[in-house]
Amino acid sequence: MGTQKITLAKGLNMGLRKAMEDDPKVLLMGEDVGKLGGVFRITDGLQKDFGEDRVIDSPLAESGIVGTAIGMALRGYRPVVEIQFDGFVYPAYDQIVCQVAKMHYRSKGRYKIPMVIRIPFGGGIGAVEHHSESPEAQFAHTPGLKVVACSNPIDGYWMIQQAIASDDPVIFLEPKRQYHADKAELDETATPEPLFSSRVVRQGSDVTVLAYGPTVKTALSAAEAAAGEGKSLEVIDLRTLSPLDMAPVLESVRRTGRAVITHEAHVNLGMGSEVAARITEECFYSLEAPVLRVGGFDTPYPASRIEEDYLPDLDRVLDAVDRSLEF
Amino acid sequence: MPVTTAGFGPDLVEVFGPSQRDGGPDLIQLLTPEGERVHHPELDLDFSAEQLRGFYRDMVLTRRIDTEATALQRHGELGIWAQLLGQEAAQIGAGRALKKQDFVFPTYREHGVAYCKGVDPLNLLGLFRGVDHGAWDPNENNFGLYTIVIGAQALHATGYAMGIQRDGDVGTGDPDRDAAVIAHFGDGASSQGDVNEAFIFAASYNAPVVFFCQNNQWAISEPIERQSRIPLYQRALGFGFPGVRVDGNDVLATYAVTQAALQRAREGQGPTFVEAYTYRMGAHTTTDDPTRYRLNDDVEHWKLKDPIARLEVYLRRNGLVDDAFVDELKQEADELGHHLREGCKALPDPKPMDMFDHVYAEETEELRVQREGFASYLETFEGGHH
Repeated sequence: MGTQKITLAKGLNMGLRKAMEDDPKVLLMGEDVGKLGGVFRITDGLQKDFGEDRVIDSPLAESGIVGTAIGMALRGYRPVVEIQFDGFVYPAYDQIVCQVAKMHYRSKGRYKIPMVIRIPFGGGIGAVEHHSESPEAQFAHTPGLKVVACSNPIDGYWMIQQAIASDDPVIFLEPKRQYHADKAELDETATPEPLFSSRVVRQGSDVTVLAYGPTVKTALSAAEAAAGEGKSLEVIDLRTLSPLDMAPVLESVRRTGRAVITHEAHVNLGMGSEVAARITEECFYSLEAPVLRVGGFDTPYPASRIEEDYLPDLDRVLDAVDRSLEF
Repeated sequence: MPVTTAGFGPDLVEVFGPSQRDGGPDLIQLLTPEGERVHHPELDLDFSAEQLRGFYRDMVLTRRIDTEATALQRHGELGIWAQLLGQEAAQIGAGRALKKQDFVFPTYREHGVAYCKGVDPLNLLGLFRGVDHGAWDPNENNFGLYTIVIGAQALHATGYAMGIQRDGDVGTGDPDRDAAVIAHFGDGASSQGDVNEAFIFAASYNAPVVFFCQNNQWAISEPIERQSRIPLYQRALGFGFPGVRVDGNDVLATYAVTQAALQRAREGQGPTFVEAYTYRMGAHTTTDDPTRYRLNDDVEHWKLKDPIARLEVYLRRNGLVDDAFVDELKQEADELGHHLREGCKALPDPKPMDMFDHVYAEETEELRVQREGFASYLETFEGGHH
């Protein structure tokens, strides 16, 4: 098996295929995941190869998709459901936070819900309302759920398989604007990093920049631009939002003394708030500046003609870096 | 000229008025409130004397579970209790129609079905006492944990049924293998999106599931008229599967109808909606006061339809039970009551540290740190608190 260059969409598709080959109990379910291959084509070709009983085109009902998947998990299956767009997850919110998240606890471990809820998240694709949301904090705030976000094709391939193998329910966030953007070299024989771990993706010494999902690329671009001005940014891809893997973050911030976190979600009570609090608790004496957050504004996601102004971009990240360095 | 919609919908008085208090013309009944056996062309089962006495015993014991638990709540031993008084026939009829391999997805009121499935009723009390969220093992008796969010379990039942389909445990002809699922809920739940979505999924995939609605007329204080403009069982047709209305105070009819519906499911013929037309004689739970929202006249009317009394009349009239049987049963009920009273008080309180258990199958480092931190904190108190 050689290496090949793949997109995130392809990585996820290959990862799902591998998981289905490895375990006959893995099922895919969602709106349009069968013949169409999903609106983003992530499940392309899987129904053809695994049949309608394993790649299930569902009625147009999100609560129904998640709720019936719970029942299938209780019967011993490992359902992977696709929520077509982030803003469509809310009809299933009760099933996710009241049922999926709590069943293991409620049953003292007798029920296992090894279920993955895939959600294409974030903006930047010029979509209409409800198609560009970042609901991660709502799920990370729910005990019993685990929440991860992939940012690149290689992670997409490995993380989806690891999420499916996990005995806990996983909210799996996929940055939709990266689906077909960049290609990377996949080595299927490599050993992946653990699912619930963050990773330093660029080393630096002046400021630690934290990101996940779509903003990892933004952070890396900012680091590249900053390097031209003689500033050295360390970029960490958080990858897992619940649990948070803070060890590499704390190690980095103790070294740099400065941290900026960026995400597309609203700043108010977003992941950045939690990360900033934890850094403050753990690195208080190492900090040279307060932890700064660069995120979406506390507005509903705006009309797409102005979404570029809403989304944190390279300049806003660099501005925060400069403010941090000025303290 | 004003537009009129007359003639386009059912007349509410016709559907819900006094003429329908007996369930309407489509009500399936095998035993009248007066204890007379009536016959039905398709569901005329032969019940053995033993079976009939069994139904009677089950209903008496189920009522005892309910009255003991209600008393325990009044004594402050339970925080709350969801009463089933008046719904014994609906639950025992449905519960006894189940086979070992059938799986139950209950609400929080299915004490009689739990009893039929072999769950120790003492285990039901823990949830209401606040010592756990349900202490029984769902996979031991194929009886799921109580679900409090209204109607959420209808989807779990449907998904589980889809799992049974995928396992090939439907329509094999092997009576010990073919399995079905039953989802219990009330008339209020019929308004929930999840229940309607469950109907759609079950119909679309032909899932082996029986939707068993105990229409007890009241969703706390909201009457059935606030949930539906048509008799509930008629909704099923709109989803593409059969709906039947059975006298929920008639254990024979409830048993016969549920058994037929479960058998359809096991054979691979898909879902059925069973509306057990009954009445909640008590409150929704021990916290509400039904005298605020309903007429005493209604309650008195339904008292005459008592499910236990009518079967007792039938049994006595036909010489199927005697005083000795009834005395023995009373003694059995007393023993059950004692078991619940003493057992409830003896249920151990959970330890504070128990709250950290089973949040995840694979515990997170974050939670481990919180657990240890709280343990250390508790250690600072004299004698320890955990």
